[in-house]
Amino acid sequence: MNTTALTSKRFLVPGLLLVIFIALATLPLYGSLYTVILLTAILMYIIITVSWVMFSGPTGYISLASAAFFGVGIYTSAILLPNTGAVLPLLAVVVLGGFISFILALLIGALTLRLRGIYFAIFTFGLLVLLQQLLLYWEIEITGTRGRYIILIDNDVIFYIMLAIFAVLMLTVYFIRRSKFGLALQSIGENEEAAAHIGVNTTIVKVITFAISAFFMGAAGAIIATRWTYIDPYIAFNPLFSFLPVLMAIFGGMGQLYGPVIGAAVFAYLEETLLTKFPYYYMLLFGIILVVVILYLPNGVVGLVQKLWRRISGGQRAHT
Amino acid sequence: MHILEGEGVTKFFGGLAAVANVDFHIDQGEIAGLIGPNGSGKTTLFNLISAALVPKPGVIRFKGENITGKKPHQICRMGVARTFQTVKVFANMPVIENVRLGSLFGTSTGTSSADAAREATQLLEFVGLSAVSATPARDLTLANQKRLEVARALATKPELLLLDELMAGLNPTEVAQAMELVTRIRDEGITIFMIEHVMKAIMSVCDRIMVLHHGEKIAEGTPKEIATSKKVIEVYLGE
Repeated sequence: MNTTALTSKRFLVPGLLLVIFIALATLPLYGSLYTVILLTAILMYIIITVSWVMFSGPTGYISLASAAFFGVGIYTSAILLPNTGAVLPLLAVVVLGGFISFILALLIGALTLRLRGIYFAIFTFGLLVLLQQLLLYWEIEITGTRGRYIILIDNDVIFYIMLAIFAVLMLTVYFIRRSKFGLALQSIGENEEAAAHIGVNTTIVKVITFAISAFFMGAAGAIIATRWTYIDPYIAFNPLFSFLPVLMAIFGGMGQLYGPVIGAAVFAYLEETLLTKFPYYYMLLFGIILVVVILYLPNGVVGLVQKLWRRISGGQRAHT
Repeated sequence: MHILEGEGVTKFFGGLAAVANVDFHIDQGEIAGLIGPNGSGKTTLFNLISAALVPKPGVIRFKGENITGKKPHQICRMGVARTFQTVKVFANMPVIENVRLGSLFGTSTGTSSADAAREATQLLEFVGLSAVSATPARDLTLANQKRLEVARALATKPELLLLDELMAGLNPTEVAQAMELVTRIRDEGITIFMIEHVMKAIMSVCDRIMVLHHGEKIAEGTPKEIATSKKVIEVYLGE
């Protein structure tokens, strides 16, 4: 009886994940177009949030550059997939969008990760504004284009690429958390000085993780740009995408791997529902929900569920 | 043989020379002590050796190799480990994980996960923390956190161990235990360089003592010579 309980528990989580993944992968076969588009958006929010947590969660460095890396991906698509004809295949553009963000994050990381706390946060935010304004200048003064139109891509294709990015991201995060590298990352968040003095190459660990997280943000940006179809520097480098991942991660709870996933999913769904049901009050309701979560749920929605679960299972144990 | 040597080691903070033109050496296998009043530059000297700071000017050599300008993780992997005056344990990690990290990252060759776990268990036994190995480090007493730092430093397999005020804030029983631990580490063949304010402790365990005052080395010798040195007494007690 004990062994069956153990094996069933061991297979429960991967099994559940597989079922969810299959349900998602076959969604375009049975879901409405609206569901596909909504889930594409939710997956995008999850990708940005989980990527942000990958770096900022364990290290405690609060990055506000998410929108910059996301925007670099968007702009890669805007330049390479114009509605006059794609320069490169879609998949290549998505990977390239991620790759350019990766390289940018390597440079930025090497330059700024010696800054701590609020200085790092402000610098990364400054980077976003700088990129936005540079592109705006370049578009107006040099190319003479204010906005760009992107080729139309089938919604199912966009969904599948987003799903693929999500799957690779989750595997990456899972393996980092289990690896020696993940342990080093955690030690940096615990005490960076001590980590360095016991042999952790803190600079390399930080910069590489920062760059990997930027890769996924860039890739997500590159594919979602094809949904948005019209892009200009203000749309591509929208500061909202720097703050949303932070909010979603806090909303979901950062302690567990699935916290940010659930946080982003609920958050994105909530935003969509409030927006359609209460178009005039949605920001107000949304703000109230956020304030309540931050005030009363320090470990996020997932923390609350865990607490309730413990109470229920603890209650059962008390009865037997 | 000198395991560690410093030549003209200097560090300015703004206009203030925290460490001024200090020549020093540590012999293989000894327990060397470093004393001096508050603000005399002891911890700064440790920070220079462990590469948290870079001397300017000055040269530090470990086993004959110039290590000036290397990064802290490189210094650690070469065989110089340290503890901190204000403890810097990985507070939210279990005790054993703290030590395992040292084992995993602290050597130049790298350690397998299984070996690291085994070494960590042995080291916790060595410092007397086996009973709390699964406890988060933040829940330990100060004395135990200091031992944990020693275990974590030892996990990096150092040849030279820098102990920064291991005994500060401990009660007499804990001081006695810490002194015993220091001699046991030396018996394992590890050279020790320690900063200490507890005079009884440093006088009884050290083979040789250096005295810093306003960043300058003002005396050096056996504990007996230091205890009777007029210059040292002046610095500590006033003229």
